[in-house]
Amino acid sequence: MSETQAFVPPGSVSADAVGSQSAVAVTTVADREPQIGAPLLEVTDLVTHYPLRRGLIDTAARRPRLRVHAVDGVSFRLDRGEMMALVGESGCGKTSTVQTILGMVKPTSGAVRLNGTDIAGMADRQMRPLRRTVQMIYQDPYESLDPRFRVRQTVEEPMLVHGIGSSSADREQLAVSALEQAGLRPAELFLDRYPHELSGGQRQRVAIAAALVLGPQLLLADEPVSMLDVSVRAGVLSLLDSLRKDAEMGILMITHDLSTAAHFADKIAVMYLGRIVEQGTASEVVRNPQHPYTKALLSVVPKRDPRDRSAPQILTGETPDPILVPRGCRFNPRCPVAVDRCRTEDPALREPAPAAIGHLAACHLA
Amino acid sequence: MSTPIQDLSIAEDVAPAPRRRGFFIGVLRERKAAVVGLAIIVFFVVLAIVAPYISPYSASAQSCGVYAPPSIHHWLGCDDGGFDMLSELMQGGRISLVVGFAATLVAMIIGGGVGIVSGYFGRWIDVSLMRVTDYLLVIPDLVFAMVIADLWGASLFHVIIVIGILEWTTTARVIRAQVMSLRERVYVKRAKAIGSGHARIIWKHIMPQIGPLLIANTVLTVAIAIYLETALAFLGLEDPTATTWGTILEHAFDRTAISSGAWWAIIPDGFAIALVIVGCFLFGQAIEDALNPRLKVAHLSMRRWKIRTLVGRGADAI
Amino acid sequence: MTSLLEVEDLHVWFELPRTGHQDRSQVHAVQGVNFELQPGERFGLVGESGCGKTTTVLALMGLLPPNASLAGQVRLDGKNILAGGEDTVRPYRWKDIAMVFQGAMNALNPVKKVGWQIAEPMAFHEVAEGKAALKRAGELLELVGIPARAARRYPHEFSGGMRQRASIAMALACEPKILLADEPTTALDVMVQAQILELLTRLSDELGLGVILVTHDLPVVAQVCERAAVMYAGEIAETGPMDSLYHRPQHPYTRLLFAATPDLYGEGDVTSIPGSPPRLDTELPGCPFRPRCDVPLEKCADVHPLLRWVGDEHLAACHRAEARADELAEAK
Repeated sequence: MSETQAFVPPGSVSADAVGSQSAVAVTTVADREPQIGAPLLEVTDLVTHYPLRRGLIDTAARRPRLRVHAVDGVSFRLDRGEMMALVGESGCGKTSTVQTILGMVKPTSGAVRLNGTDIAGMADRQMRPLRRTVQMIYQDPYESLDPRFRVRQTVEEPMLVHGIGSSSADREQLAVSALEQAGLRPAELFLDRYPHELSGGQRQRVAIAAALVLGPQLLLADEPVSMLDVSVRAGVLSLLDSLRKDAEMGILMITHDLSTAAHFADKIAVMYLGRIVEQGTASEVVRNPQHPYTKALLSVVPKRDPRDRSAPQILTGETPDPILVPRGCRFNPRCPVAVDRCRTEDPALREPAPAAIGHLAACHLA
Repeated sequence: MSTPIQDLSIAEDVAPAPRRRGFFIGVLRERKAAVVGLAIIVFFVVLAIVAPYISPYSASAQSCGVYAPPSIHHWLGCDDGGFDMLSELMQGGRISLVVGFAATLVAMIIGGGVGIVSGYFGRWIDVSLMRVTDYLLVIPDLVFAMVIADLWGASLFHVIIVIGILEWTTTARVIRAQVMSLRERVYVKRAKAIGSGHARIIWKHIMPQIGPLLIANTVLTVAIAIYLETALAFLGLEDPTATTWGTILEHAFDRTAISSGAWWAIIPDGFAIALVIVGCFLFGQAIEDALNPRLKVAHLSMRRWKIRTLVGRGADAI
Repeated sequence: MTSLLEVEDLHVWFELPRTGHQDRSQVHAVQGVNFELQPGERFGLVGESGCGKTTTVLALMGLLPPNASLAGQVRLDGKNILAGGEDTVRPYRWKDIAMVFQGAMNALNPVKKVGWQIAEPMAFHEVAEGKAALKRAGELLELVGIPARAARRYPHEFSGGMRQRASIAMALACEPKILLADEPTTALDVMVQAQILELLTRLSDELGLGVILVTHDLPVVAQVCERAAVMYAGEIAETGPMDSLYHRPQHPYTRLLFAATPDLYGEGDVTSIPGSPPRLDTELPGCPFRPRCDVPLEKCADVHPLLRWVGDEHLAACHRAEARADELAEAK
């Protein structure tokens, strides 16, 4: 078994059963699964539109109310023990998707099922117990910790909110476990520190520990390493990978860095203007891309080897505003191989013939 | 595909960093103005507390002649009723400061509460509260005070209430702005994602951050409250039997102190008021400046970077 | 033949104010940096946060804050531009050597039209004025891939990538010979990054512009630059042609930094480097990288390694590389 102790949230089994961690882990997971067989996360036709406020003149002229089509029909599933990377450029909707899964944003339509339960549009009060199941790691380690809280307080806060831990000593013990699982050893050295005394990588691990303390099954990570130094990134990503493997968590990671996605994720979903345009296992998507956008993106990712200079396919312009989505295939204005059909018909996400099973692309020409 | 978690050998890296000093101590260290301001405030507060024990005479019993000039026995002379000025000043200070602080407390509680609720919840709560605030902001202070004093009658308690009602609006706006920006901070969003309720977030995450701002605002409001109290008293809207710095001034003007040449009936009093207000402003502004990172002067000064000549090359050159 | 730019033994110190519990202390942010730049060459300055790369380029422009002191020489076309402080460097600033700052896309004045902002330095440096300057601003916008008529617009009407291009146009306003680009693509999407990098490559090829690209992103430097220097703790750890740095790294930090960067099709493990960079306010004996090095020697703890030739145009400051350096020295 790995050198890390899988964190055991109390309340499931008695605390002195921590020794046989595999048995406990299985019990914990089974405890919370209301529908056996339902995937950890299943998103179906998720749509999140934000209405734009109209000015006085626009209202008087009865111009149609514009909406930001942040998420425009996204479907995927994520199982326990899987890491999926949501890749795309700004405005593609990856952040909105994740915010909706977290329950921070109410979707316009569609379903988000956590272990079979649809949480889309759920009221805050109902959501509260489910917050133990899904937790989020944020991009900015310098902002995600309250600068006035010591590490101890940050990690104990979720416990206080959800009534975990029977006493202050108990909570401290759980905090130490979580910090050590996040790679901060010896944990005692960190408990009384303030965030400004820690490096970026250490702060991010504290944030991860604060999430682990609730025993989540699904971890959402928004660019978890993009603001960290290069030499520290692999450590944090490996931590996420070990959580995936050892604690059987499902991890949904947003990243703009295709190289990171290729290395650490099991599955990759490429998003463009609110839709998933290609989806599949990491190796399939990276080595056998079917969608022209994916192909272009992959071609412009800089490689480490200076001898490896393949001709990049640089698209013109930038991703259009999600307010006015192009008709037909939303990528057609910038697509290097667009045909007439692409301007009128919106392609569905389906399995193109030359690709492997489970590899989907939304392109007429694939 | 995954790599084992490397032992981070972190013990060495987390050097025992210096403990974060209190914010206010930092402000006092860096700005002399703050120290001066605080010293003035403390001086007058202490004076007000010990006034009954150290005032040479009673402020309400005659002890000298009408408008007697300053002398060895009466350092600041006497006023029109033959009361010792110094004692009156000390006594008056107590009431003025009490009125100032009490009114500020009212203003802070209302203003802080409205600011936090408005800033945190936003939307229709914010809109409606801000409309109320706007109406009150627009009303001219003194006119409103005069009307209220006229309607309710002149008394210290009414003065406190009136000043409190007038002053909470500025605080509300300032606090609201700060809370609105704090609400967007990542750690607040993370607290929500954990499942914290509103009360917890406000109490644990937002209040500590606005604490210094609230204090700065409080101190500045005290200054304004004292000024307003003086103004109201001077206009005859306060209980004339009370002895406050304002009523002292009012009596002096009313009873021909100027034409009698009795400067000691006016100037020391005015000076005391001005000094307290200046002290509050110095201290309050210093805290505000410390809180606003953009006010710190930071520029790429073109003229001043120094050139050193190296004696040799290598490690010995430094 | 003199290079376009020669940096010799550059040192920068920052004085820190007293914060109560420590006396006035000093951070030795740049510790003896040497490099050269030829016309039309793209040179990368790579390193993580705190290594001194931004301070180095700010020193080249003479844009250090008042609490800085520096030593060393910076020769532009043979003339030492830092010798007399502000007075000697000002004539060159923007006219011969210009900079695109970190986060430049957010540093545009929101209340002035973009064309005016590009034309502004021209008037100040007496290159062009009034209508002529605005016309030239339009030409510069076209050069960087923005239609000239966009000069009449305000920064908020530009997207992030276009604002970055506008910042580059502003830097080119007075036709400099050298362009310093500090993290020019860090906050941008990968496609926009490719566009900006292609622009910088084209500009250096067409205009003979020497470009110093400062970034923490190794693959970007690998794709764009011919030569690079890897900085660590204020010093240059290794410098040379990109090919040598990747295929024959002589300094453990270079090797580990490449190993910590995931590659799109790469199969190997991605590793992290334990520990963190040293504090620069105390002089430490020995090699600054030693606490994090995976192959330290005994002498690394006491003796500070010097930058030595380890190949063709290739230098490294490492005791392990010294064997190779000695061989080369003997061969000559």
